[in-house]
Amino acid sequence: MAQRFRLSDGGLIDRKTTLSFTFEGRRYRGHPGDSLASALLANGVHFVARSFKYHRPRGIFAAGAEEPNALVQLGEDARTEPNLRATQIELYDGLAANPQHCWPSLDFDVGGVNDRLARFFPAGFYYKTFMWPASMWMKYEAVIRQAAGLGKAPSEADPDSYDKTFAHADLLVVGGGPAGLAAALAAARSGARVVLAEQDARLGGWLLSAAGVEIDGQPALEWVAAAEAELQSLPEVTLLKRTQCFGVYDHNFFALNERVSDHLPLAARDPRLPRQRLWKLRVKQAVFATGAIERPLVFRDNDRPGIMLASAAETYVRRYGVKPGTKAVVFTNNDGGYGAALALHRAGTKVAAVVDLREAPEGPLTAAAQAAGLDIFAGHAVIGTDGGKRIAGCRIAPLDESGKRAFGGGTPLDCDLLVSSGGWSPTVHLFAQAKGKLVWDEAQACFVPGDPGRPEQRSAGAANGAFDLTTGLEQGHAAGLAAAAAAGFKSKGRRKPAPPKAAGDGTMGFLPARFLYLVPSDRPLGQGGKHFVDLQNDVAASDLQLALREGYGSIEHVKRYTTTGMGTDQGKTGNVNAIGIVAEQLGRPLPEVGVTTFRLPYTPVTFGIFAGRDVDDLLDPVRTTPMQTWHKSNGAVFEDVGQWKRPWYFRRPGEDMAAAVQRECKAVRDSLGLLDASTLGKIDIQGPDAAVFLNRVYSNAWSKLAVGKCRYGLMLGEDGMVMDDGVTARLGEWHYLMSTTTGNAAAVLAHLEEWLQTEWPELKVYLTSVTEQWATLQLAGPNACKLLSRFTDLDLSPEAFGFMEVKTAEVMGVPARIFRISFTGELSYEINVPASYGQAVWEAFMREGETYGITPFGTETMHVLRAEKGFIIVGQETDGSVTPLDLGLEGLCSKTKDFIGKRSLARPDMALPDRKQLVGLETEDPSEVLPEGAQLTESVPETPTPASPVPIAGHVTSSYMSPNLGRSLALALVKGGREKLGQRLYAPLADGRTLACKIVSPVFYDPEGEKMRA
Amino acid sequence: MLLIDCPYCGPRAEVEFSYGNEAHIARPLQPEALDDDDWADYLFMKTNRKGVMLERWVHSHGCRRWFNVARDTVTYEILAVYPMGAKPPKLPERSYL
Repeated sequence: MAQRFRLSDGGLIDRKTTLSFTFEGRRYRGHPGDSLASALLANGVHFVARSFKYHRPRGIFAAGAEEPNALVQLGEDARTEPNLRATQIELYDGLAANPQHCWPSLDFDVGGVNDRLARFFPAGFYYKTFMWPASMWMKYEAVIRQAAGLGKAPSEADPDSYDKTFAHADLLVVGGGPAGLAAALAAARSGARVVLAEQDARLGGWLLSAAGVEIDGQPALEWVAAAEAELQSLPEVTLLKRTQCFGVYDHNFFALNERVSDHLPLAARDPRLPRQRLWKLRVKQAVFATGAIERPLVFRDNDRPGIMLASAAETYVRRYGVKPGTKAVVFTNNDGGYGAALALHRAGTKVAAVVDLREAPEGPLTAAAQAAGLDIFAGHAVIGTDGGKRIAGCRIAPLDESGKRAFGGGTPLDCDLLVSSGGWSPTVHLFAQAKGKLVWDEAQACFVPGDPGRPEQRSAGAANGAFDLTTGLEQGHAAGLAAAAAAGFKSKGRRKPAPPKAAGDGTMGFLPARFLYLVPSDRPLGQGGKHFVDLQNDVAASDLQLALREGYGSIEHVKRYTTTGMGTDQGKTGNVNAIGIVAEQLGRPLPEVGVTTFRLPYTPVTFGIFAGRDVDDLLDPVRTTPMQTWHKSNGAVFEDVGQWKRPWYFRRPGEDMAAAVQRECKAVRDSLGLLDASTLGKIDIQGPDAAVFLNRVYSNAWSKLAVGKCRYGLMLGEDGMVMDDGVTARLGEWHYLMSTTTGNAAAVLAHLEEWLQTEWPELKVYLTSVTEQWATLQLAGPNACKLLSRFTDLDLSPEAFGFMEVKTAEVMGVPARIFRISFTGELSYEINVPASYGQAVWEAFMREGETYGITPFGTETMHVLRAEKGFIIVGQETDGSVTPLDLGLEGLCSKTKDFIGKRSLARPDMALPDRKQLVGLETEDPSEVLPEGAQLTESVPETPTPASPVPIAGHVTSSYMSPNLGRSLALALVKGGREKLGQRLYAPLADGRTLACKIVSPVFYDPEGEKMRA
Repeated sequence: MLLIDCPYCGPRAEVEFSYGNEAHIARPLQPEALDDDDWADYLFMKTNRKGVMLERWVHSHGCRRWFNVARDTVTYEILAVYPMGAKPPKLPERSYL
């Protein structure tokens, strides 16, 4: 299809190359340099979207980030992305875009019926209509979401990669327009490290669509090219194009979204490069040269396709070589709007009328338009528009002096394009995000930066309210110099550097103007048409007035009630008009009404860049023990314990988990098992005050522990609650090795360091984590001693090497520490060898152990065996609200010394008799295993719906089937449990059954500990 | 994200640090001599000042050293960084309504 609206020359597009793309399945052509929006307009396509609430036809409205209407679904399948602004999508060959939020098609959309029913959908409609009954809200919401959705998220995994870059610089300049370039040049020439971020693919900002502008005696774009070349040549400058600075954080930390390969056809994207990149940039100084956004005029039915911003029309003509219509009406309140009239006129669009709210139009561009012979209607307004899927005409009428009333029904004018200019709003988003104060500039009718949130942040150019080019360049230059100086860089050369000089028409800003936030019509507001303020969220002026009538006085409340400014565009074109209309209605000055909070991101950001490379295997580090290879090739099923992968059980062919665990449990009790205990935390503690330190951090006493002995220690928080436990061995006079639970190793080390550094810096103690330096092999079972004796010369007789002792010896010729300790209740040795020998020793144990049927076992078997012994697991029997007394471990709390948590144990609540205490439970049916976490009651609750709340006696913390006992067993925390041995409790289950059980001692196996001491 | 000037490593991003709450709360030398209210006050009660707050930070993903920070909880400006055990430097009074 021919590009019927493409101009034969002009613009920054490459006409020699033709690109093919589709929109809603139809094929079109465009050129490199086009945006999707400009290419659609070149093909005569204005109508690209349906509005959010009323499903009204909408067209391309802007030419940049502020676009409220032209949101499209880009790409297909896994790569599809919703809500992208057609104005910012660079065209590439094969691009496929679709309209969103319409069904079955853009042209015939069932939801369009909402527009006919508009009077039933006022502001706050959902709040008012769907309030009762509350239980129905979920159902209403599903229907509302279906009708109101904005595009579709992909349902498959994202095939693209994303990256993050962490960087530092002296200065960040946001915006590559004239002020930004002047700032970057001034700072970079002094040697400062500068990052210049420009959201567009090209530098230049509004100069890209300006006519007849010269800077330093060159045509503007040649000056831009020279500036770019100079910046490129400076080694300390980073030029980031296609990069949106979307957020400002504390201490001059900035987030930038660089679109690395989005502009390329899929086949041309380098698979080694990320699709997009998140820059996390910390700078000393920042300059916001973010330009300004034009405001539309708010007149009746101002939303039809073919209605756009005046500056957008100018951009489509000058930058993209597109004629956005054949017959245009230009509606303006300022001199700047005439720029569009002149551009359209020169492009061959018939300008039917320039409708100017001003009584006496004047200004440089106005004069040029007068000289060109354009029809100007002074003191007139557009009071309504006609058309369906494209504007077909409008009516214009003279206004009274107040600007509140239009005379007569208006004169009709035919047109297929209507552009409007209501003034300009500096892009103060980043400045305001950083808590900078905005002030109202009465003469230019806009909010401009006042006191900055931080002195290192400066605004320059149009973003600072300086709309004429000369001032903008001066401000950029000055900001760049000041920032560089503040960062420690002086400008080079003897002469003071001078700012770039501008010349030409269209460099003088947009004044004079006559500001009217609401353009009257011949009928009362809200009747027979709508004055849209927020195009994306379908908020009309009548909705704002309704909110005020219903008592919402604060602009923040009006925003939330009407949703104005709450779309993905965050009200970039509509917010100031909304504030103006609210102020007028309230009869208060506009700055008193104030702005709503500016929040990041400036434009929507894809989730991918926040994930970056931290996905799949790289989501979280995985820690494995030295024996991991053996485990993997011998049927281990792994369990995650923190970041560790621990063998849960070792499955043999044909076994399920229960069978494997029963087999492993029997093997340990009957003969010999081997456990990989390398993941337990190991903290090396050395120094003359080590014993004093242990005495303070453990609840039990350590002063008398002899060298070569081990002791179980209980660690509390200062609140008296159990925090961790483990065995600590005394290896030398000043040398201890502490073991911690696997999951708590890092937290325990941090806890010890904190006390040592902040409370007891006088203690000479050194802490070193050695968890990963040692592999720990636990031999457990009656034959443990027999197997170990084959590998070491050490005398293992009980007389020479007793329970709770540690020895240093060679095992298989490898230096080892052997701990005779037991968590299973069997005769057991924990052999620590340097990590690199772990697997070799493990394999040797497995080979030699065949005589005893040695069985590797996992964490589940370990849990069953320790539960048979009534040994707790911190984090399973405890949850941060359990004291040593609750666990029956008061014997481990020294009465003679102070320790962390001791004073808290004396608080009255700690001694209450109905605290939950650790007990054992036996189900009446020995084959039933209670679910862990099951709540326990003292009587059988009435079924099926007991009166709430049911008094709860306690809960199950651990529960297993024990092959050694031939029945199930459980540990539980039960209120006053230790006084209730023998009492019956009930566990009502989710499946409707109630299991009866009996409170017993928590030690089920070998209560005297004869086996482990053997 | 704050930029915290670790006295041992220099300026580093906030993500390398952990917060340790209010500074200059010494553990009582004889906890058993305190009544329950005083002990609870030591254990649980922290000031949450709008203005300059003296607080503890630790460079968890760096040197693992603890130190004190004077920070304005309104502007997040860091006014001073000083070692454990040191007295806070003289700071300008800041009050907010």
